Amino acid sequence: MEIKVLGPGCSKCKQTETIVREAVAESGVAANVEKVTDVMKIAGYGVFGTPAVIIDGEVKCVGKIPKKEEVLSWIKK
Amino acid sequence: MKEETTTKLSAGFQCACESPQPPPHRFSMPVYLAAGIAGLAVWWLVYERLEMVAAFLTYGLLGLTPSGHLGEAVFFFIYETPKVLMLLTLVVFGVGVIRSFFTPEKTRAILSGKREFIGNILAALLGVVTPFCSCSAVPLFIGFVSAGVPLGVTFSFLISAPMVNEIALGLLYGLLGWKIALLYAGTGFFVAIFAGWIIGRLKLENHIEDWVREIRANAVDLEDVKMTWHDRLIYAKDAVKDIVGRVWIYVLAGIAVGAGIHGYVPQEFMASIMGKGNWWSVPLAVVIGVPMYSNAAGIVPVVEALLGKGAALGTVLAFMMAVIALSLPEMVILRKVLKMRLLLIFVGVVSSGIMMVGYLFNAVVELPFFVN
Repeated sequence: MEIKVLGPGCSKCKQTETIVREAVAESGVAANVEKVTDVMKIAGYGVFGTPAVIIDGEVKCVGKIPKKEEVLSWIKK
Repeated sequence: MKEETTTKLSAGFQCACESPQPPPHRFSMPVYLAAGIAGLAVWWLVYERLEMVAAFLTYGLLGLTPSGHLGEAVFFFIYETPKVLMLLTLVVFGVGVIRSFFTPEKTRAILSGKREFIGNILAALLGVVTPFCSCSAVPLFIGFVSAGVPLGVTFSFLISAPMVNEIALGLLYGLLGWKIALLYAGTGFFVAIFAGWIIGRLKLENHIEDWVREIRANAVDLEDVKMTWHDRLIYAKDAVKDIVGRVWIYVLAGIAVGAGIHGYVPQEFMASIMGKGNWWSVPLAVVIGVPMYSNAAGIVPVVEALLGKGAALGTVLAFMMAVIALSLPEMVILRKVLKMRLLLIFVGVVSSGIMMVGYLFNAVVELPFFVN
């Protein structure tokens, strides 16, 4: 599973990354978490608010820090 | 999310189970209303007594003299800190509920293809209620421009969103009264609309960085999540936790500076520097304010103290706007999407607007009318 956390590096984006990593560790799902900080790349995903979470190419959340339960529900499918 | 799964489950079991369980953690509207009113009453009871308690602590317990430098500074700090934090909590919660009705995506949809002047006004208004954090200025800018929102309209949004924000308005209202809060909101809108409109007129579209114009990515549309009142209150509560958790340190710093000014700066000193008599005080306030980075929460206590020491209202408003609306970190971020010339024009136009506001108010406003 490919998980991408998009955000230029503000505190909200860092929090999001931490939450996603925790959720992955908790669920035991084999997933590759990558942080994307380059604004050009972020815009290329069609995402216009940060932080955003993309799982296997599907945009799951834009412009807010997701709750850990939410992330768990996305990766457990 | 939890809400959604519950609904799905109950929908699936509907035929099997005739009495569907109500989803957990949900109460009816009257319960929220009653809790809200009770909460407000408690808030008000505490808020009303802050001055008394602060006076007791400063002059009674610590034994400082009410007219001394240290006494005044300490009283200011002990009184203003809980007052500002309580106001901030209330305002952020209230605005959080309002904001739960808006998203940047909806705002973009409203603004795309709007005619310029109307668009500028709408953008300035939406800037206040759309949830927006300055670190997403760049993605938002790209999103707006590529969705066909005119450049000037986009700028109106980008100026108004940080400048006329809930924190600034709530604190100005609480500390300096509704007249100044209204004045600030009105002039803030004016600067946002005016500056955006000018930038639109200048036809600077080709000064956006090339890579931005090449992006024709279609915006991802997340399905509109239906929010219940329970969700909205949770959203507002999270906003309080997030914003108050982030800005309290600025608030303390701002109040400490304010307390220093309040206790130690002589009355005539501020009047001589930031008073009406000096034509150069307005541009100076803007020049000092632009690179400074603080948020509204930190700057309002300073503003209150400056006004108390005889600084002119227009000068102080200009200073506050410059600090909040423009900041060096934001320029650095925006430079990635704007060519240097457009960035400088942006800063120049906004600064000019702010200076106009400063001069206007120094010229026409008698301060005692505005400070209750």
